[in-house]
Amino acid sequence: MDLLSQLQRQLADFTASLYREGFVDDQFTQLQKLQDESSPEFVVEVVSLFFEDCEKLVNNMAKALEQQVVDFKQVDSHVHQLKGSSSSIGAARIKNVCIAFKTFCEAQNREGCLRCLQQVNHEHAQLKTNLQTLFTLERQIVANGGSIPAMQ
Amino acid sequence: MEVSQVDVKQEFGFLRFYYGQHVKRGIFATEGLPWCGGVRFFNYRENSLKMESCNCIEPQWPAEELLMKYQYISDFFIALAYFSIPLELIYFVKKSSVFPYRWVLVQFGAFIVLCGATHLINLWTFNMHSRTVAVVMTTAKVLTAVVSCATALMLVHIIPDLLSVKTRELFLKNKAAALDREMGLIRTQEETGRHVRMLTHEIRSTLDRHTILKTTLVELGRTLALEECALWMPTRTGLELQLSYTLRQQNPVGYTVPIQLPVINQVFTSNRATKISPNSPVARLRPIAGKYMPGEVVAVRVPLLHLSNFQINDWPELSTRRYALMVLMLPSDSARQWHGHELELVEVVADQVAVALSHAAILEESMRARDLLMEQNVALDHARREAETAIRARNDFLAVMNHEMRTPMHAIIALSSLLQETELTPEQRLMVETILKSSNLLATLINDVLDLSRLEDGSLQLDLGSFNLHAVFREVLNLIKPIASVKRLLVSLNLAPDLPEYAIGDEKRLMQTILNVVGNAVKFSKEGSISITAFVAKSESLRDSRAPDFFPVPSDNHFYLRVQVKDAGQGINPQDIPKLFTKFAQTQTLAARNSSGSGLGLAICKRFVNLMEGHIWIESEGLGKGCMAIFIVKLGIPEHANEPKNRFLPKASHGQTAFPGLKVLVLDDNGVSRMVTKGLLAHLGCDVTTVSSSDECLHVVSQDHKVVFMDVCMPDGFEAAVRLHEKFTKRHERPLIVALTGNTDKMTKENCMRVGMDGVILKPVSVDKMRSVLAELLEHRVLFEAM
Repeated sequence: MDLLSQLQRQLADFTASLYREGFVDDQFTQLQKLQDESSPEFVVEVVSLFFEDCEKLVNNMAKALEQQVVDFKQVDSHVHQLKGSSSSIGAARIKNVCIAFKTFCEAQNREGCLRCLQQVNHEHAQLKTNLQTLFTLERQIVANGGSIPAMQ
Repeated sequence: MEVSQVDVKQEFGFLRFYYGQHVKRGIFATEGLPWCGGVRFFNYRENSLKMESCNCIEPQWPAEELLMKYQYISDFFIALAYFSIPLELIYFVKKSSVFPYRWVLVQFGAFIVLCGATHLINLWTFNMHSRTVAVVMTTAKVLTAVVSCATALMLVHIIPDLLSVKTRELFLKNKAAALDREMGLIRTQEETGRHVRMLTHEIRSTLDRHTILKTTLVELGRTLALEECALWMPTRTGLELQLSYTLRQQNPVGYTVPIQLPVINQVFTSNRATKISPNSPVARLRPIAGKYMPGEVVAVRVPLLHLSNFQINDWPELSTRRYALMVLMLPSDSARQWHGHELELVEVVADQVAVALSHAAILEESMRARDLLMEQNVALDHARREAETAIRARNDFLAVMNHEMRTPMHAIIALSSLLQETELTPEQRLMVETILKSSNLLATLINDVLDLSRLEDGSLQLDLGSFNLHAVFREVLNLIKPIASVKRLLVSLNLAPDLPEYAIGDEKRLMQTILNVVGNAVKFSKEGSISITAFVAKSESLRDSRAPDFFPVPSDNHFYLRVQVKDAGQGINPQDIPKLFTKFAQTQTLAARNSSGSGLGLAICKRFVNLMEGHIWIESEGLGKGCMAIFIVKLGIPEHANEPKNRFLPKASHGQTAFPGLKVLVLDDNGVSRMVTKGLLAHLGCDVTTVSSSDECLHVVSQDHKVVFMDVCMPDGFEAAVRLHEKFTKRHERPLIVALTGNTDKMTKENCMRVGMDGVILKPVSVDKMRSVLAELLEHRVLFEAM
């Protein structure tokens, strides 16, 4: 087996595992479908934007939760934003955490919120790593003259 | 001469006195005239007669004799009379001016005067008188004689004239008398005429029946100075006359008399006013007070004319009809009698009253008819308005229901299509496909419910396109097989070999028609088999005796498709067949079955078939003998048998740029979402602008943007929509506003609808979904997805 097909195989397996483990969902596939000749780096751009956004939001939430009197409304709005973003790109796990986060916010449960925030951080980091791996693999394939197979 | 003394008396027997101076007693000579030619004396004492000559003329008779005395007196009076007559004449002639014969009068006067003079002079001749007297006497006499002769002669001429004057006078007097009489007559007639005119005027000045009759009586009473005047009208039964109006009494209580009385018959048979006895029942209006003598009574008939009496050409026959009786009574104890002109007056008035009454009757009739028409008009207007309201209500209802029904339909369709794209087992896939097809059909049906009302307006048009005819039949079969197999019915399809594979027509509606017909066959069969046959109809089979109004005209570009669906089910009573195609009509047998249809199906089919220039009918031999539904429609032959795009199943189109250059605006405050949505739309070929706030949105938006996608999870999401509505007041200028939301609650959807969104899409949006969404939006301008 030559390098290209090996790489492709690797990519396919990796992507499948990502889906299996719920890191990404169908929306991510859709996102990938949007990538064409006119916007070749579409997915990368979106994902980067997402991660930036995510970090910002997490920081804001942390700050808000550290206050003596927590403004749950503000936290809730941040969570909402995060949820929206994550569902837009298909970050399934983060989205799910956000849903739980929202419930805690509504219940004005500080502990719960903090816990969720930690989870968000964790997931964020994981996803970032995973996607970076993915992109690297893709780049390698392209560099080796292959094309990225379309997802089903 | 010696004369013996003889007694005069003895000798001559009479004495004559002569006017003259000397009157002596003596004996007269027997011969010669006794005039005073001499004086003869008789000396009594000497008894001798002595003649002396004197000029005196001796009267013939002795003057002292009684006879002479009387003569003397008479002569005097005659003279007196004779002198006075002319004086009187002169006096009276002077008084009158018209006596034509004056000179006759003069003559006559002269004659009289002379006669008088003669007699006067004669007075002097009774005694002895002188000669002069005798001469005068003679002259007078001569003159008198002359004049009287002349007068006598004149009178011969005059008297006839005078007599004729007299006759003429008499004649003129007679004439004058006759003229006077005539004059009197004319005056009375004129008087009568005036009364009639006045009465007629009074009667005709009103069209109210009661006023007419009352006025008649009043005026007649006044004109003829009647004591009582009454009108008897026939009752409804026609067997009696009822006292309806009287002059003196205010409210006559209903006396009635039977109509068959001889006196009444007598009056009714003649059109003249007839005198009747005051004791007859119609004339006895007041209790008889005893001693007075009732005045004369006259009765006249008044014909009561009806509208039906007046034919075009002839005056109503008087033999037919009902009459009223008018009774007029002269004042009692007045000894007045009915005169001819009064009777005439009464007759004329009776006729006038008849005419006036008939006019009043006609007027009443026409007023009644007019009122009836007005009522009917009002009722019709009301009914029309009600009908309009009902139609409006129905249209509103349809529109709302249509909308309400579409919404879940779209949800089903969209979600089924989504489901289709997921991982499914083959059975699941089949099921999902069936669901999708059925729901598409249902969506079409819902469209058609609205269409039906448009069908009736005539505004529905067929969506012509080329399609696979064979596939249509196969689809129907596939759709109906599950239901048929549940009922253990065998469905068979038989397509003629010469049936073209592709045809031009309205695929959706043809499918609907076939499905409906086949569906009915399945619905109303408990057992047996259903066979569907389709073939091209040739000219002989086109003209069917059962479709007498159908005149198909075959041509090169078109063919007639004939489809027959035969079942062995309940059958239909031949009498009910016409009703089948009426909207909502259900026969007893149909309704008795637990049919869930509203009866709309066949009516819609009929209309579709008619639109396709065809004909549909059902044949059945009776209940329990099954039935066969047949329809013929006109389809076009496609020019080249190219594979038409199958519009029934929405397949993903291969082109990525499905909407080239479509300008859209994306409003989302979440950067990531914004980017994703932008990418999605860009992938589909749209020209995307992104904004992150509603202010920016309103700033950037223009008429070129066709669609605005906005995330309504934003705090001011709805506000943006409202402001967009404000900015673009006209619907066609406004871009379509579609909400993107991850919210699955009803509140969101309601809010979206409230602010006037044209569509709501649930996030996440797949490429296909976005594509179909855009397609739908641009076609229908509305899209509401269920949550």
